[in-house]
Amino acid sequence: MTTLLIDVFLLLLLVITAIGAVAVRSLLAATLLLAIYSLLMALVWVSLQAVDVAFTEAAVGGGISTVLLIATLVFIGRREAPAPLIHWPSAAAVVITGAVLIYGTLDMPRFGDPQAPPHQHVAPHYIAHAMEETRVPNFVTAVLASYRGYDTLFETAVIYTAGLGLILLLRGARARRRERRR
Amino acid sequence: MNEQVLIRVMVQLLVPFIFLFGVYVIMHGELGPGGGFQGGVILAAGYILYALVHGTDAGKRAFPTRLSDALNSVGVLIYGGVGMATVLLGGAYLDYDMLNPADPPAGQTLGIILVEIGVGITVSAVMITLFNELARAVRR
Repeated sequence: MTTLLIDVFLLLLLVITAIGAVAVRSLLAATLLLAIYSLLMALVWVSLQAVDVAFTEAAVGGGISTVLLIATLVFIGRREAPAPLIHWPSAAAVVITGAVLIYGTLDMPRFGDPQAPPHQHVAPHYIAHAMEETRVPNFVTAVLASYRGYDTLFETAVIYTAGLGLILLLRGARARRRERRR
Repeated sequence: MNEQVLIRVMVQLLVPFIFLFGVYVIMHGELGPGGGFQGGVILAAGYILYALVHGTDAGKRAFPTRLSDALNSVGVLIYGGVGMATVLLGGAYLDYDMLNPADPPAGQTLGIILVEIGVGITVSAVMITLFNELARAVRR
């Protein structure tokens, strides 16, 4: 009962924050609302007992991406260009997509149902054998770094590529500008 | 400058503990929540906090750009290197069992810790690079 109340409360706050982030005209306020959204989302993950995901959400969504977004705002200005509050074609697209998605959730298994298809494939093996096979108590880490090691390798490569791309683009552009001035 | 004394002192006190926590999260990813990604982001957050308060020049003096550029690749190299090591030891790519054939689970633990360290290094270096490059672009 208490968990249900907490979940409803968190989800209500999430919806309010999301609407606020879209409705507010100041981009700085929108960025900060998105940071709050991430922190609330982290609490939802904790409530779903997914602490590793909650950790990532809080560190990345609430921390780093907020800083980077604010840095970006310095370039593009902190006021959104005035636009009508409701853009009807987009509103129609959002409502239709949302309705389809909600219709899709009707077929989803109940939350935490052990008979649900995703819990029938490899997950039982990980839960039962991760400790004896890897001696790593947190089997989320065992799955990420060992059973799914290729995925994590290429995720790291994606982050690396992002850093490399930024160095080449921004630092390269600066070097070219300096070259031209000479 | 005067009103910043409190912030400067607090940051000076906080940053070492943030770094310590980041390293802890990376090293204890196999025991509790967290891992290379989260720990790397926390390390970067410590640097960004320092650079925000003391200025990006001070940040670069403490952690030179050449070093962060190099560490970008070092993390991925560690991860890929562990994979190559297991191949050279006669296994499949990233088959950590080969790191300790006599006791495969111990090899798995070692491999997982090594790749988490690799992920942590790359993630923190890339986040610091992102911040530095954006900050430098903003200043012009």
